[in-house]
Amino acid sequence: MVLTIIVIAIIAIIAIFLMTSYNGLVKYRNWVQEAWSQIDVQLKRRHDLIPNLVNTVKGYAEHERETLEGVVEARSQLVNGSPQERIDADNQIEGALKSIFALSESYPDLKANENFLNLQEQLTTTENKVAYSRQLYNKTVADYNIKLQSFPTNIMASMFNFKQEDLLSIPEEEREVPDVSF
Amino acid sequence: MLYQQIRDNKRKTILLVVLFSVLVLVVGWAIGYLFNNDWVSGIVITLIVLAIYIPITLKTAGSQVLNMSGSKEIQREDHPQLFGVVEELSLAARIPMPKVYIVNDPAPNAFATGIKPEKGAVAFTTGLLDRLNREELSGVAAHEIAHIRNYDIRLMTISVALVGVIVLVANIGSRMMLFGGGRRGGNNKNNPIIMILAILLVILAPLAAQFVKLAVSRNREYLADASAVELTRNPKGLIKALRKISQDPNDVKDAKEATASMYISYPFKKKRKKKSALWSTHPPMESRIEQLQNM
Repeated sequence: MVLTIIVIAIIAIIAIFLMTSYNGLVKYRNWVQEAWSQIDVQLKRRHDLIPNLVNTVKGYAEHERETLEGVVEARSQLVNGSPQERIDADNQIEGALKSIFALSESYPDLKANENFLNLQEQLTTTENKVAYSRQLYNKTVADYNIKLQSFPTNIMASMFNFKQEDLLSIPEEEREVPDVSF
Repeated sequence: MLYQQIRDNKRKTILLVVLFSVLVLVVGWAIGYLFNNDWVSGIVITLIVLAIYIPITLKTAGSQVLNMSGSKEIQREDHPQLFGVVEELSLAARIPMPKVYIVNDPAPNAFATGIKPEKGAVAFTTGLLDRLNREELSGVAAHEIAHIRNYDIRLMTISVALVGVIVLVANIGSRMMLFGGGRRGGNNKNNPIIMILAILLVILAPLAAQFVKLAVSRNREYLADASAVELTRNPKGLIKALRKISQDPNDVKDAKEATASMYISYPFKKKRKKKSALWSTHPPMESRIEQLQNM
């Protein structure tokens, strides 16, 4: 009698443990997806804002064609390709946009253009959102991977085929939020 | 260094809250002992007062602070940059976008309220918005968002409520002593040493409670500064903002003593100079800046 109770208790404990560790993994995997979709939304938004910026700047600085073309070229990469490719495209655009914003210094009309200033603010906030979401994504992925590799959850993970996720690598100088002042 | 500091601060806070709870119960005990000659009745009465007082305070706290400060809610069109900055940082902190308020006041300052992240609100004075650039504004917004994410506002509200209860109970106690209420006749059974201790407790507890509350408040400022850097990865912005804020001599018009601990910097600059460190709601600006520089 006592023995059956003990056996049942042990089975129950194991079942509860398996359930919670499985649910934990599912939760983390969803968080990783959610964090990525956050980045996805912002990259798309950046993609949509760029033509407006290019059109605004074109009128003032026709001969800066090269800079503008660089932005437009990288732009399509923002919505296509693997996560790392899209992040790389975003870094490339970040550099090109910086030179466009710097360019406005030598075009007083452009610098005073309401539309341009508005776009500049919108692109800056979108870029910051990409950076912050990326930070959050990496943190979530790291938490998930730690859970995945730790004993005894790792047994559960291999049983149900939970895969490690890759961290997004960020060039060293991108670690800090761009120092933008108006 | 950064994570270490957040952990340290959290530990200290737990310690302070425990201290607080013990203090409340001890005062309850002392009053029960003095007037009812038993160990339990005072504690029971205190617990009942707590059970009523704390939920009410928590329910009303958020809207009260916003009303008292004279702030107005804004939409994205009113200040796109501020709205963008708050949105960015709530993303980084993984909390819902708080409501954004502006206080029409030339003194640069900011505060956050909301006892849980879903009800969060951040408020900035016009003086602050005029003087800070985007980077500095991000630092301040991150500090306020950190208060919301770390549940600081709930903690501060609870500690304000606990001080209220201690003061209330101790007041009743000292009045009863003065006017000879309660069942004085039964007191001769009491141990005189314990009685003196109990009387001292009733007199000193409100004072001690104030100190603990202020210590909690100062501690939370350090933690919010540290978390702000965790969010922005850029201590520079907050350092520059704190410098600008501390150099401004103006007081915030609509700030009250009761809400002073909510602001990013003590809103009564003129008074601050006269107060000693033990009585201040905020740590000295120099030491906050120094901590930030060490991150």
